[in-house]
Amino acid sequence: MSSEVKLQDWSKPAAIAIPKGGFDPATAQKGRYGPIFPKTPACYGFSIVAKVIPGREDAFYEHAKNIENTIATQPDALAVLKLHYLRWLLFPIKGETYFMYQGIFDTDFDKYTEDAVALFGATGLKTVFENLEGFPKNWQTNPEAFIKFVRDHQCPSFLEYGEYPYVSADEIKKALKLKAAFSDMLDQMQ
Amino acid sequence: MLEFDDIQHILLTRAPALTGRYEFLSFREAAAGRAWLSAIKEKVHSVAAMRDNVEGDMRWVTVAFTWNGLRALGLDEASLATFPEEFRQGMVARAETLGDTGANAPEHWYGGVASPDLHAIAILFARDATEHARCVSEHEKLVAACPGVELLSVLDVEAIPPFDYAHDHFGYRDRLSQPVIEDSGEDPTPGSGAPLKAGEFILGYPDEYGVIADRPQPEMLARNGSYMAYRRLQEHVGKFRDFLRQHGNTAEEQELIAAKLMGRWRSGAPLVLSPDKDDPVLGADMQRNNDFNYKEMDPHGYAVPLGSHARRMNPRDTAANMNRRRMIRRGATYGPYLPDGAPDDGADRGIAAFVICGSLIRQFEFAQNVWANDKNFHELENERDPIIGNHDGTMEFKIPSRPIRKKIVGLPAFTTVRGGAYFFLPGLKALSYLASLNREDGVNASVG
Ligand code: HEM
Repeated sequence: MSSEVKLQDWSKPAAIAIPKGGFDPATAQKGRYGPIFPKTPACYGFSIVAKVIPGREDAFYEHAKNIENTIATQPDALAVLKLHYLRWLLFPIKGETYFMYQGIFDTDFDKYTEDAVALFGATGLKTVFENLEGFPKNWQTNPEAFIKFVRDHQCPSFLEYGEYPYVSADEIKKALKLKAAFSDMLDQMQ
Repeated sequence: MLEFDDIQHILLTRAPALTGRYEFLSFREAAAGRAWLSAIKEKVHSVAAMRDNVEGDMRWVTVAFTWNGLRALGLDEASLATFPEEFRQGMVARAETLGDTGANAPEHWYGGVASPDLHAIAILFARDATEHARCVSEHEKLVAACPGVELLSVLDVEAIPPFDYAHDHFGYRDRLSQPVIEDSGEDPTPGSGAPLKAGEFILGYPDEYGVIADRPQPEMLARNGSYMAYRRLQEHVGKFRDFLRQHGNTAEEQELIAAKLMGRWRSGAPLVLSPDKDDPVLGADMQRNNDFNYKEMDPHGYAVPLGSHARRMNPRDTAANMNRRRMIRRGATYGPYLPDGAPDDGADRGIAAFVICGSLIRQFEFAQNVWANDKNFHELENERDPIIGNHDGTMEFKIPSRPIRKKIVGLPAFTTVRGGAYFFLPGLKALSYLASLNREDGVNASVG
C-alpha cells in the first residue's frame, strides 16, 4: 500500500470510489481480524453506526463532557491513534436514536485494533457503548467480542476525498513546526 | 501461585542443551496417537521437575499439538470449537497476514509441516550428542510400537561454534532480552521492565488486564497451557556477509552495518548504550546489556534505527500497550556452521524457533503483521524488518545519522521461511486428559 501511497501527490486533490462493502474482495489484504479497509485520500478511518438503547441518550452527552475534560488535562490521551479528526453524532431514524462515531486517522485501525480498543476503555468509550443495542455484555472478559462489535458496526464509505490527499497528521505537524522555525529564523536575521 | 509441577518446562526455563531434534508427527488413528502420548508424556519435564535436577538431567522433552492433532486424538467438536480462530485455522491459512507469501509461502515449506496431517511436535533438547542419539533411537522404538503414528519429518538442531555463548548463523549473540513472568521465581534483568502477569503467557491465570481467558474448554485442558508459533527460518549467510562488505569498507564499518540491522552489535552490546563502537564486555553483561529504552535515550534512532529487528520486535517505551505484545522465545540453530570467509556452500542453515504466548493473534501475529511486515511502521515508508520481514529486493533500510541519514535501497532477503505451525502446549494434567480420551468418533470420554 505505502509504495502506491508514496506516488500520491499531496498537492493534487484526489477522490476514490470505494467498492460496496468497503474493499475489493479480490485485492483486499487479509488482516488479523478480517479484510483490511484500504487507505484513501482521506487517510484511514471508521464510521461506527449503532442504535442507542431507548432513553439512554443522556449518557452520550455526559461522555462528551468527559472527553472534553480528559483532553484538556491530558492532551496526548488519544495520541496512539494518530488522529486527524473524530466526530460523534446522534441522529434520529423513525423516532429512534442512532449513534455514529467517525474517525479519520493515520494508523491502520485494522492493524492496531487492540490498541484502539484499549484506548476506548481508558477514555470511557466502552462504558458509553454499553448504551448501544447489541453491545456484548462480557466485553471486559472477552476483548474479542468488543472487536467483533466494532467490525460488525463499521459502515464503510463508498466515496472519500482529500484536498491534500494521504498526508499524515505527523507530516502536517512537522510542516507547521518547520514553518514556525523558519519564520523565527527570518525574525532573527532582521 | 504458578503450578510449576503442571506447566511444561519450555514455558519458563531454558534447557542447558547444545543439541536437539524436533520430530513432526501425524496420527492416522486416534488410539495410536493416544498410546504414543501416554508413553511420551512420562518423559516431559514440568518446570518443577526441570528445576529439581537441571545439573543431572541429560534431556528435556516438550510435546504440543496442532488443532488438527487435537481432533485426531479424539477431542470432541464442542471442545475443539472453543479454541481461538487463528489457532483453529492454523499458520498456513494465516500466511498472508503473517507475511508468508512469495518465497516464504507455505507451498515451499519443508518436511510436510504445512500439511493438515501435521498433528504433533515432540521437541527434544539434549545435553550432548550421545544423549541425542540415545533419545532418537528410543523415540524411533516408541513410534514403531504405535502403528498409526507416522513421522512426517525431523529437524536436528545444534549450537554452532563458538560454543561459549548463544548466537545465530549471522553471528548475533541472542537470548538477551526475555519477558519475565510474575511469581516465576526469576527476576528481570535491569531495563527489562516489571514482571508480567502470568496470563500473558500461561492459560488459567489473570493477564495484564486482570482477565483469565475462558478458552479453550474444558478448563482442565486449558489450565497451565499456552500457544506456540513454530518458525523455521533459513539464514542466507553468504548473502548477509556480502551485504556487509558491500556497505562497509572496513571491518569496523561492516560491524556497524550489522549492528544497525539488529539494534545490537553482534557481541550483544546494545547500540543505545554503545552507539559508535562495539563493547563485547557490555554485550556479555546481563546486568547491563538490556538496560536501555528508546523514547528518552534514542528517540530519533541515531543509535538504533527505528526499523531494526530488535527495536521492531520490542519497541519498549515507544509502543502502546507493550505488555500485551510480549513473546517468550525458545529455539535453536540448525544446519552446518559457515566459517568466516568461507564461500556460501548453499547448505540449509538457520534458526528453528518457538514464539510462546497466551494469544497468537494479539502477540505473535501482531509482531509478524505489523512490526515485521507493515511497510509503514513508524512511518518508515517501504521498509520491513531487515532480518525477518518479507523481502523481494525492493525495500529500503534507513539509518538515521547527522547531518543526513543513510538510505540503503534494494535490501535483499537475508532469511526465508521454510516451515511453521501453530501448536497448543498443554499442561501435564491436560496431556493426561488428552491421552485418556477414549472414543474414536469425536465424542469425549467421561474424564473431566
Ligand atoms: C532468523 C531469524 C531471527 C534472528 C536471526 C533473530 C535474532 C535476534 C537477535 C540477535 C536478537 C537480540 C537479542 C535479544 O534481544 O535477546 C533478537 C531479539 C528479538 N527477536 Fe529475533 N530473530 C529472529 C527471528 C525472530 C522472530 C520470528 C521473532 C518473533 C516473531 C523474533 C522476536 C524477537 C524479539 C521479541 C526480540 C527481543 C527484542 C527486545 O526485547 O529488545 N525474532 N532477535
